[in-house]
Amino acid sequence: MTLWPRYLRSGSAIFSTVLLTIVFLTTIIGPFFAPASSLDFIGAPFQGPNAHAWLGTDVLGRDVLSRILQGGYRILGLAAAATALGVLAGILLGMAAGYIKGAVDEIIMRLLDVVLAFPQIILALLFVSIIGPVPWLIVLIVAGFHAPQVARVARAATLRVVEEDYVRFAETIGMPRLRILVQEIFPNIMTPLIVEAGLRFTYSIALIAGLNFLGLGTQPPIPDWGLMINENRIGMATNPWPVVVPVLLIALLTIGTNLLADAIGRAAFGLDRGSRETQPASSDETATVQA
Amino acid sequence: MTAVDIIQSEGATNRLAINVRNLSVALAGSSDVVVDDVSFTLRPGEILGLVGESGSGKTTVGLAMLGYSRRGLDIIAGSVVIGGEDILTLSDEQRRLARRSLISYVPQDPATALNPTLRLRTQLSESFADPAEATEDRLLQMLAEVKLPATSAFLHRFTHQLSGGQQQRIAIAMAFAHRPHVIVMDEPTTGLDVTTQSHILETIRHLCRQHHVAAVYVSHDLAVVGGLADRVAVMYAGRILELGAAERVLRRPDHPYTQALIRAVPDLKGRTTIQGIPGQAPDPHHRPTGCAFAARCNMAADSCRQQAVPSLHTADNHVVQCLFPGEHRDRLAPVSNDWQAVPMASAVTALSVADLTAFHGSRQILQGITLEVPRQTCLALVGESGSGKTTLARSIAGLHHDLTGQLSFNGQDLPIGSRNRSRDLRRRIQYVFQNPYASLNPRRSIGRSLEVALLEFEKLPGVALRERVIAALESVALPARFASLYPHQLSGGQRQRAAIARALVLEPEFLICDEVTSALDVSVQAVVVDLLRRLQHERGLAMLFVTHNLALVRNIAQQVAVLQSGRIVEQGDALDVLERPQAEETLRLLRDAPHFELGETTERDLPVNRGIVAVAKGLQSTALAG
Repeated sequence: MTLWPRYLRSGSAIFSTVLLTIVFLTTIIGPFFAPASSLDFIGAPFQGPNAHAWLGTDVLGRDVLSRILQGGYRILGLAAAATALGVLAGILLGMAAGYIKGAVDEIIMRLLDVVLAFPQIILALLFVSIIGPVPWLIVLIVAGFHAPQVARVARAATLRVVEEDYVRFAETIGMPRLRILVQEIFPNIMTPLIVEAGLRFTYSIALIAGLNFLGLGTQPPIPDWGLMINENRIGMATNPWPVVVPVLLIALLTIGTNLLADAIGRAAFGLDRGSRETQPASSDETATVQA
Repeated sequence: MTAVDIIQSEGATNRLAINVRNLSVALAGSSDVVVDDVSFTLRPGEILGLVGESGSGKTTVGLAMLGYSRRGLDIIAGSVVIGGEDILTLSDEQRRLARRSLISYVPQDPATALNPTLRLRTQLSESFADPAEATEDRLLQMLAEVKLPATSAFLHRFTHQLSGGQQQRIAIAMAFAHRPHVIVMDEPTTGLDVTTQSHILETIRHLCRQHHVAAVYVSHDLAVVGGLADRVAVMYAGRILELGAAERVLRRPDHPYTQALIRAVPDLKGRTTIQGIPGQAPDPHHRPTGCAFAARCNMAADSCRQQAVPSLHTADNHVVQCLFPGEHRDRLAPVSNDWQAVPMASAVTALSVADLTAFHGSRQILQGITLEVPRQTCLALVGESGSGKTTLARSIAGLHHDLTGQLSFNGQDLPIGSRNRSRDLRRRIQYVFQNPYASLNPRRSIGRSLEVALLEFEKLPGVALRERVIAALESVALPARFASLYPHQLSGGQRQRAAIARALVLEPEFLICDEVTSALDVSVQAVVVDLLRRLQHERGLAMLFVTHNLALVRNIAQQVAVLQSGRIVEQGDALDVLERPQAEETLRLLRDAPHFELGETTERDLPVNRGIVAVAKGLQSTALAG
């Protein structure tokens, strides 16, 4: 792939890859190296780091390091599922709106505006208090927040591509509309959508961590970074580690994902620009097109 | 006498407006040069036409003269001396000031160069450092200079209230405001209608003469440059291959590339058939050490390829970068004008349009269009931008739905909208789009694009599919290996041929070509036109050839229809209409179309069909006398 060299040349791409590798190793391989069970009480609450518990103990005297190592994969899994679902729904709605246009476009987009108008956390609060803090609900709620945003990006990209002559050509030969959407339009709106999906993943993490912090997501005693921050706030003065490390990890994850999405976007958009540059003096070209 | 001597003696006798020496521009961080050792001088009031095809580096030279390089490019060597100052060695701040007083720039697209939120008064005042200078009188004078209404009411307008030509006049007024030594104009009339263009060129010429302002006019259009410039520089692959007086360069070109380029320009009088230049220009990464044109030159010798070709200065201040300048002119293959010998089309109508009226929303675009295209005939649809020619083409192709009227194909009713048509009808009528950069799906290989189109109509097994695709590619002179390439790997001309192949693979009977050559360089345009002409003969295709270029009509069409504001004002046999135009619009199009006359030498070199020449002379006396 010609994308790789360009990607690897950018500093932020390498940096974000390193960040994400750290976080992913922590969450995926980490649980196997946890020195203790995340649920066992191994000493007094809020002990500082010692030979026994490298990062000390938490509010209930459990091993902080073990809880950190085991508290990451859940949030990553939920964030990934919510992102996938939200992006998929957003793409379907956005492409439908952008391609069919007219009344369908208006209805879809105005409904999505209504969803956007609700404050996310309060809406989440409402549903969680009605149905209860179950993982699938968290996924649905977060996905529901993403869909309108993704739909806007997908619609804008679709509107641009629909005007391209290769789509017009497909119309002249009577290609079925669904096939036009899948074969002609979708591959050409991928680039902005990949970037968008990366950003959405970042938001998912922040949102889920936030819900967990508020106690609306993962329930105690299951280890979870967001929840740990909340549980151990009161002991900050005696042992800051059960708050600081999860905060750091969430920050690294968010920054890493964000930079990565950015780098991919730049590499891919850059690639597009590069391909135009192989037609030298693109200004001449556009000039004559206008003529 | 060496080059330097000439320059010095010039400098001694005449003050130079600008002296560009050994200017080189390279891709950032590499030694791949985009502009290679370009030198020229201009005296005050002199206009240099900088001519070249896409990628020749002409725009880059124009910008480098202002000390500016586009992102990804670096000016690596040379000097640009204006009024005793070398623009390239100035500090950023000094250069900013120089761009106000010494050299100014007229961009290609005034619509994007002017600030849409400013009234013209504010816009024009911006060209003055001191706001006090921008008095009402001075601003009105600026308007008058460029032949715009010099009234306060006009100064109160916004740019969107101006036509494209008026916007360009504003940009020109701003460039002339400080009476700079030099003005760089980057295709300022591209995208304007021929009439507007000819008026603006007149204004530019007048202003340069009157205020002794030298101008570099960057253009791809030889005819425009021929009518405007005192001197012409022909660029190719970053080098100036030929530079000299306009008359000399365009009538008695020494360089084989100039000769070939001139042969590719369609002649309004139809004395010659346009001839393309095979191959394509080397890109900046693969520029040869020898002559850059050698690979496409049919008189290149080994010595051309082995060594860098020095610039040869001749006594009449003519510079040419060729080892065999002006030699072998006779070796160029003579071109005959035999396209007229098409067995004239059968009387059977392929396509007929009756009383077609089309709308865009509430705006009426076409009105009562009635048209017939006989089988095996090419009908050219000519008109200015906005005359509705593309809407008509799209209506026939089934892409435009908002219309009333009768369409029929081979006597069969042709429903409005492609989706209401039978599969067979959709196959038999094919559309080739204007912009080859947008008509092929960039995520799909060329071969796959053809296959996808074909699979909509025939369920073929893999091998048969592949054979059909390769046959179609070969019919447009693209080798089979192109099937696996992606659109961005192809040049504009190759893409357009691939797009034509995609239409041909469906074995159509009727081809709609919507300005298919307007995005292409002239040398490539000639290749594509030649291809279409050949296909028309071989396959007995009927064609609707939409174009704004009247000169091209003679090269391809047997019939012509002239469209003005949504109505057909004249139609008939192509030669009849071009020689004895009846409608005011046709006359105007013929009169304003930029053209230059091939010199006697070229005419002698090209033994063309004498009959056509005679007819063409008739045209000259009737159409062009006024």
